Amino acid sequence: MWMYDKKLEFPVKIKKPDPRMANLILTQYGGPDGELGASVRYLSQRFSMITPEAKATLNDIGTEELAHLEMIGTMVRQLTQNASIKEIEDSGVAAYYVEHDKAVYPAGASGVPFSAAALQSKGDPITDLTEDMAAEQKARSTYEYLLNMADDPDVIGPLKFLREREIVHFQRFGESLRYVQDYLENRKRFSTANIK
Amino acid sequence: MSRDEMLRKLSALDFYIIDLHLYLNTHPDDKEAIMKYNAVVKEAQTLRQEFQEQYGMLTAGSVTKYPWQWIENPWPWQYQFNFDLAGEDR
Repeated sequence: MWMYDKKLEFPVKIKKPDPRMANLILTQYGGPDGELGASVRYLSQRFSMITPEAKATLNDIGTEELAHLEMIGTMVRQLTQNASIKEIEDSGVAAYYVEHDKAVYPAGASGVPFSAAALQSKGDPITDLTEDMAAEQKARSTYEYLLNMADDPDVIGPLKFLREREIVHFQRFGESLRYVQDYLENRKRFSTANIK
Repeated sequence: MSRDEMLRKLSALDFYIIDLHLYLNTHPDDKEAIMKYNAVVKEAQTLRQEFQEQYGMLTAGSVTKYPWQWIENPWPWQYQFNFDLAGEDR
């Protein structure tokens, strides 16, 4: 089960409203390569994962992604909270405003609501871990594109932190995949039983 | 106390805390509930520490023996992890 820790993994303190940037960053909240999808993907896949190392990795990265989801939601909120109606209209995000005011809603930057269609839980540990490595790379790319769109150091700091975490997670998933491959390889060598 | 017995007791205490916590969110001035809450928290802390010393890590961020105990099977979603409620007066 989970316990909530009443702090952020990395602080978010944004002084200047920027509804345009908020709407772009929203993609990491509810978009196809976002933190919610990542968390649901890993926490779902762990039930059928094999080897202690890979199970722990899915469990713990799936948990850390929820802390990232919280950071992203915080960024979106701080970037819109003190924006005027005029600023919102001029930023081209009025469509989001009429549906959600300044609330944080799990959707992508183009307004498509969150969907589990962008993730898999396949049951084959090699398939799942390979998808997870790709997912971390897709999220890293997204953070890089977001960084290209950002000029406020208050926004750049947390985005860089989150980008770095994607790289660490990719590394850990790669190591987990190696554990699973070694395990399956050994089982093939020492057992006459059917592999599955 | 056996592992299952200890885990059952800790689960009960932890659930007690969760339930009191929710109650206190909407009744922050209830002194009696706060006293109960603090007492249960202390009891759970002691039992959690005892459990972890004997059977390994339950919570991320706690101390571990060598080798790293966190990854040990079984995990909570596995049958073997869970204690049996059969025979309990429910």
